[in-house]
Order: sequence, then structure tokens, then C-alpha cells
Amino acid sequence: MVKKKHDTAVLEKCPTGIKGLDEITKGGLPKGRPTLICGSAGSGKTLFAMEFLMRGIMDYGEPGVFMTFEETPDDLAKNFISLGFDLPNMVSRGLIEMDHVKIERNEIEETGEYDLEGLFVRLGSAIDSIGAKRVVLDTIEALFSGLSNAAILRAELRRLFHWLKDRGVTAIVTGERGDKLLTRYGLEEYVADCVILLDFRIDEQISTRRLRIVKYRGSSHGSDEYPFLIDESGLSILPITSLGLDYPVSTGRIATGIPKLDAMFEGKGFFRGSTILVSGTAGTGKTSMSATFADAACRRGERCLYCAFEESPSQIIRNMGSIGIDLAQWVKKGLLKFHSARPSLYGLEMHLLTFHKEIDEFNPQVFVIDPISNLSVAGTASEVKSILTRLIDHLKMKKISTFLTDLTHFTGSLEHTSEEISSLIDTWLLLRDIELNGERNRGLYILKSRGMAHSNQIQEFLLTNQGIDLIDIYTGSGEILTGSARAAQDAGEKASELVRRREVDRRIREQERKRNALETKIAALRAEFEVETEEVHLMADEEQKRQTVLAEDRLEMAHLRKGKPSSPQALRSKKKRKRRGR
Amino acid sequence: MKAVAPAKAKKVKTNKTKEIWNLRLYVAGQTPKSIAAFANLKKICEEYLDGKFSIEVIDLLKNPQLAKGDQIVAIPTLVRKLPEPIKKIIGDLANTERVLVGLDIRSV
Repeated sequence: MVKKKHDTAVLEKCPTGIKGLDEITKGGLPKGRPTLICGSAGSGKTLFAMEFLMRGIMDYGEPGVFMTFEETPDDLAKNFISLGFDLPNMVSRGLIEMDHVKIERNEIEETGEYDLEGLFVRLGSAIDSIGAKRVVLDTIEALFSGLSNAAILRAELRRLFHWLKDRGVTAIVTGERGDKLLTRYGLEEYVADCVILLDFRIDEQISTRRLRIVKYRGSSHGSDEYPFLIDESGLSILPITSLGLDYPVSTGRIATGIPKLDAMFEGKGFFRGSTILVSGTAGTGKTSMSATFADAACRRGERCLYCAFEESPSQIIRNMGSIGIDLAQWVKKGLLKFHSARPSLYGLEMHLLTFHKEIDEFNPQVFVIDPISNLSVAGTASEVKSILTRLIDHLKMKKISTFLTDLTHFTGSLEHTSEEISSLIDTWLLLRDIELNGERNRGLYILKSRGMAHSNQIQEFLLTNQGIDLIDIYTGSGEILTGSARAAQDAGEKASELVRRREVDRRIREQERKRNALETKIAALRAEFEVETEEVHLMADEEQKRQTVLAEDRLEMAHLRKGKPSSPQALRSKKKRKRRGR
Repeated sequence: MKAVAPAKAKKVKTNKTKEIWNLRLYVAGQTPKSIAAFANLKKICEEYLDGKFSIEVIDLLKNPQLAKGDQIVAIPTLVRKLPEPIKKIIGDLANTERVLVGLDIRSV
């Protein structure tokens, strides 16, 4: 029960529909109450008020009254058509009622007591005619310059704000910034519920618009100064506070676009959603690396937002064509979008806001800034760091892989970014010049890469017409060689290798020949041996035959002698005898 | 509350113009200030305009849309429609001198 009572007591809020404002006011402006918007000339008060009305009509179906004390409805219509607000159309559809209150001091004479009932009547009839829920009075302080009796005006303004509250309309009252007070005539005294201050500051010739909620009775609200942006889609405000370190991480990997570089990261490339920094001195190939990375992303069918701070998109496309990367095709397919601006075009906050807007609109998976070092012309180092921290936080929340390049100068250590952001970086590649033998060559190595094994080698970085290539630097015989020296060394090594190989071949062939010769000899010997063996066999046969014949002879002889063949001996002798007898 | 008051003929100090003075008094209901303003106006006109005037009283509570046309902010407001140019006097018209200056009646 108590809780319910509490709920009803909570201030009702009226959403403005202005990007970011409802977040920092936690729901919008106090419903049914007047809010004071104050700021100096050109700070965007009228735009703020008009957008409040327009969003009310378009997003929340609440008609509104715009009572202008300065600009004529015609001028307003012309001014806001560029933001896509068609005022005459809205008026004709009965969604908005314009009333121009014009007070010419020179045609008005004041005699005695009066009140501003005429204004009340006009406002009341305007509200009733369209059933308005929102009212804008821009800038009611003009009354003070038109009418001289300040005492009456103050009393009447107090009455007006009470009256607006009684009518239950959510009102915006704008006021010009005063010297000591928030408004020139101290309007904040009367409009006590919610006061928003718009500021337009110029630091070092760069302007930044900022918004601050000075007070908001009965509600908590962001109390910082929030930068805001006015562009063709109206106002957008960006909460300045960092989002904390609770973003989700991915273990997915994405290719770097250079196979050899992937190999240096366990063969898989960067973590998806991580922040990659490439730093190096001028002309070391940072832009080429970013273009390769962007190209690889587009090849995977991902969208890539490329923020170029040094070169125009067409120049990048032309230059990258020379190393065999065709970025124009991706632009055509809508996968690659260039965002090109001079860093000094506007302040850092504005840059951040623009990045946010571009990211929200394009929804990329890969985001490239080339280079971040140029941002330092738009602010101090600490400001740049703050901006980049917030940007990187935002990108990490969205799991967008970020590729930053940083131009380091010859003075000082290379392992040092001008923006002191090394702690924000997950993977840091360093490109450096290696000067040897009157040549300058590019070397690449990995300075750090969180959460993965990575190669510690320095690779020679080559820009070819087929893209980027990495080559192992020659590190034999105790010295490091790059470029043509490495090539010469390689050639020399190749030559001696060839000589050695030939020698080996020659020896092998010789041995082969020897074996062949040996085998021929063996064959010859074997043939000789066989011939001899055959002869021996023949001799043996003959001998046997001879023996047989002898034996027969003997037998015959024996027969002849004794007439009685008794033994082979006798037989042989008989044979012998026979032979002799012949 | 429409009232046209042809005043009695009297010696007039400013009678160079032969035009009819067309005056319009804007009020919002019968407030003391409105009543006072009407009474003061009537008195001044009768005294200085020698019958060549017409006064139209417009109550904005009844016709709020008329406020826009003459750029009425303060109440009561007296508007001199004729002779041209348009002049406006706000307040209860208690200060006769200022009303005469405002209406450009006394040309000394």
C-alpha cells in the first residue's frame, strides 16, 4: 500500500523524443509543468523547443502550441524545413498552432495599470483550438523589451506559469542567458521545476555545444555537462559518462587480411570485438594495413565504417588500388562506408557524437579510424584519451572490432602513443623503419596481444601490387638483413646451395657408374667361371668313359687269358687284350 | 458593451482633421480596470474629439480569436485604428496627458 502511494507521488514525465535527453532526464521533462531552457544567442534554444513539439506530434501524438515572440511563423517554417519539419503542413492538419506575438514598443503607450490577460486569452484559445498538450513560449523575455513596467510583467509571468500548470500542459519557456543570472530577467525564479542550460563554447577556435540540467525538482538527473549535436536530424545528446567495464567479449577470431600476419596470431587473427592499434612513423604502411583489414572484413560480407582523417575517400580508393585492393567495389555494394572529415572541423565531443551517429546508422562490424593521432589537434591529450575511451567502450559494447592507426613521431620512443591509450588496446602492432646499408625497409612486429599466443618475430613488411606481404627477416650468421641486402644474401645462399647440391648429385652419379662397372665385371667373371665349370664337367665325363672302356678291356683280356670272366678286372683285361689283338 | 458615444458639441482644441476617430478598446470581462479604462476613454473622447469618434469595445473572453489580429497582449488595450498609423495604448487610461500623447490628439 505504501509503495502504491509512493508510486502515485512520483513525478510524471513527458518524453521529449530528443535523442539522449530522455536518458539523462530519466524519462523526459516534468509533465504538465513548465521547463525553462536558457542559453546564449545561437545555442539552440528555439531548435530544442521546436523539436520538443515536433517529436510530441510525430512520436507521441500530442499536438502543440508554438508561441513565438521573436521570429515570424514564416521564418520558422523556412528554418525548420531543413530538419524535415513541415510546419505549414502541421498547422493545416491542426497538429500545431503558431502564434506570433509582436510587441512594437514605439507604437505602444502605457498609461496606468494593466495586465497580460490578452496573452492568456490568446494562449488559451490556441491550446483549446487543437487540444494541445505541449506549449512553447519562445522567448517570453521579449515582453520585457516591449513593455516597460517590469513589476507588472513579473507578477504576470508568475501568474502565467501557474496558469500553465493549471492547464496541465507541458511547457517549454526559453530565455536568453544573462550575465549573472541564468536568464537576463531572472525567469528561473518563476519556473522552478526544471531548468536546462544550453551552452555554446569555443575553445581554441573549436566550438562545442553543451547541455546541463541545472535543476529538476522531484527527480534525479544526470548532472554533467553533456555535449550535443545539431544536424539535419535535429538535436542529439550523448551521455558523457563511461559505460563501465562490463561489456561482453567474444572468443571468435577474424582474419587480418594478411595470411602471414594471421599466422603470427596462432594462425587465426585478431579477436572479434577487440581493439587493434597499428602505430608507426610516417610512410610505414598504416593506411595500407587498415585498408587490407577493411577489405578482408568486406570479403567476409561484414560492414565496415572507415573514418579517414587525413585523406579523402577517393584518394584512399585510388591509392589502395596500387597495392591491389579494390575498395570501390565494397563502397558500391554498401559494405564499406567512408566517413571523412578534418579533425579540426569541429570539437572532439562533436567527433564522438558523429561517430556514435554513424555507428548507429550504419551498424558496422568493423570500425577503422585512420589515424587517431590527428584528433589531438582538436583537443588536449587528456581530452583525446577521454573521447577514445568512451568511443572504445561504446564499440566494445556493440562487439565492433576496432582498428586504429597512430602516427608516431621520430622523436621519443616508438612504444608510446601520443594519446596515451596503450592500456585501452588489446592488440598492438608496431610498424617501423629498419635502416640498413643505405636503404629503408619496413618491419612489423607485435608489441602486445592480449589473450593469445603471438609471434615475437620481426617480419619484413612489403607492399606489393598484390597487397601486403610479410617476409621473414634474414637473421643468419648473427646479423639482421632486410631489403636488397636480404635479397643478396638469399641469392648467395641459393647459389652455394646449388653448388653443393650439384656436387652431391655428381657423387651419386659416379657411385652409380662404379656400381654398374662392378656388376659388369662380376657378370664377366661369372661367365668365365661357368665356361670353366663346363669344361671340368666334360673332362670328368670323358674320364669316366675312359675308365669304363678300360674296365671292359680288362675284362676281355681276362676272359681271353683264363676264359673265365671272374671279375671286372678280368673283363677289362680281356678288353685290353682285344684292343691289342687288333 | 458596444457603445458609441457622440458627445455634445464643445469647443475643441484639436480639430484640424476631419476624419472620424475609430477607436477599439480590448477588455477581458468586466474587470475594474476595464470599466475604469472605458470610463476614462469616454471622458477623454468627449472632451477632445468633438463627436468625431467611434469606440468599439471587444471582450476577448467572448471573442478570443480577435486578440491575434491586433496583437493584443496586455489588457486593457486601446487601439487607434483610424486615423493611420495604428497606435496602441495599454493600461486603464487614468493619465489623460499620456492618452492624448499616445493618441496624438493634442498637437500643440
